[in-house]
Amino acid sequence: MLILTCPCCGVTGEETEFHQGGEAHLKRFGPGSSDNEFHDYLFAKENPKGVHLERWRHVYGCGKWFIAARNTVTLEVYGTYSAQTTEPPKDIRDRISAKVPGWSWREFA
Amino acid sequence: MSDAISALPGAAFEGAVRVEESGLQGMITLRGDFGTAKLKKAVKDTVGVAIPATREIAQKDGRGAAWMSPDELLLLLPYADVTDALGKIDKALSGTHHLAVNVSDARAMFRLHGATVREVMAKLVPVDMAPGAFAPGQIRRTRMAQIPAAFWMTDEDTVHVVCFRSVAQYAFDLLKDAARSEGRMGLFD
Repeated sequence: MLILTCPCCGVTGEETEFHQGGEAHLKRFGPGSSDNEFHDYLFAKENPKGVHLERWRHVYGCGKWFIAARNTVTLEVYGTYSAQTTEPPKDIRDRISAKVPGWSWREFA
Repeated sequence: MSDAISALPGAAFEGAVRVEESGLQGMITLRGDFGTAKLKKAVKDTVGVAIPATREIAQKDGRGAAWMSPDELLLLLPYADVTDALGKIDKALSGTHHLAVNVSDARAMFRLHGATVREVMAKLVPVDMAPGAFAPGQIRRTRMAQIPAAFWMTDEDTVHVVCFRSVAQYAFDLLKDAARSEGRMGLFD
């Protein structure tokens, strides 16, 4: 079971109070993009064994979206941060690096 | 107009704690930017309290405001005053991005009273109910068994629970079950 802290309302709750919303930091490709780009945007999702950045929603609480950095193997949660960001903040990256040296996730490391 | 009735009029249960349906309660969902002076004033004028801090509830003279999310408040006031209050809020906030809706009839409210209310709630919600972890004046929106619910304490022996009206019977049955005197566990004693 994951214990997540919602950065919007500050509640630290267990997993059932939240809902997972897929991969974080998606780059959207819509009208005008190539078929390949649109295909990858729709279907080519990260499914790592290890560090993962995911969107979550505090569905039974304040209802807001945020991003969680966690490990899919150890179920460790490195931290949560605002969904209004285009990349993981430095303190989250440092915390991941301390536990998983040399990690990478898409273009982030 | 037909008479308004609450979800389970008069429903009550006497166990380790008393569980009762609270009857008609006026509620307004108000969304907007908490930082704006107009909204602050509208809240103060409607319920007589300032916008509460994160996850807190402020109450005074039968009215109150509860923090529901970074941009949502639940205003509590007498049932009969809601229509008037809504008109005033809409007038005060005209031109600003906001939403004010009468949700009085869309919610059910319960009152739990007794020395072991903390234990009763702890059976149903994934929240640390220990004294010191959750205190009167705080509000928590969470999951109560299988339904969304919000609750707060007005004093150490009283909990108020709000849920959707459509699940009022389910919520009452849950609370009733958790409040049975045979189910005492002695948590927080």
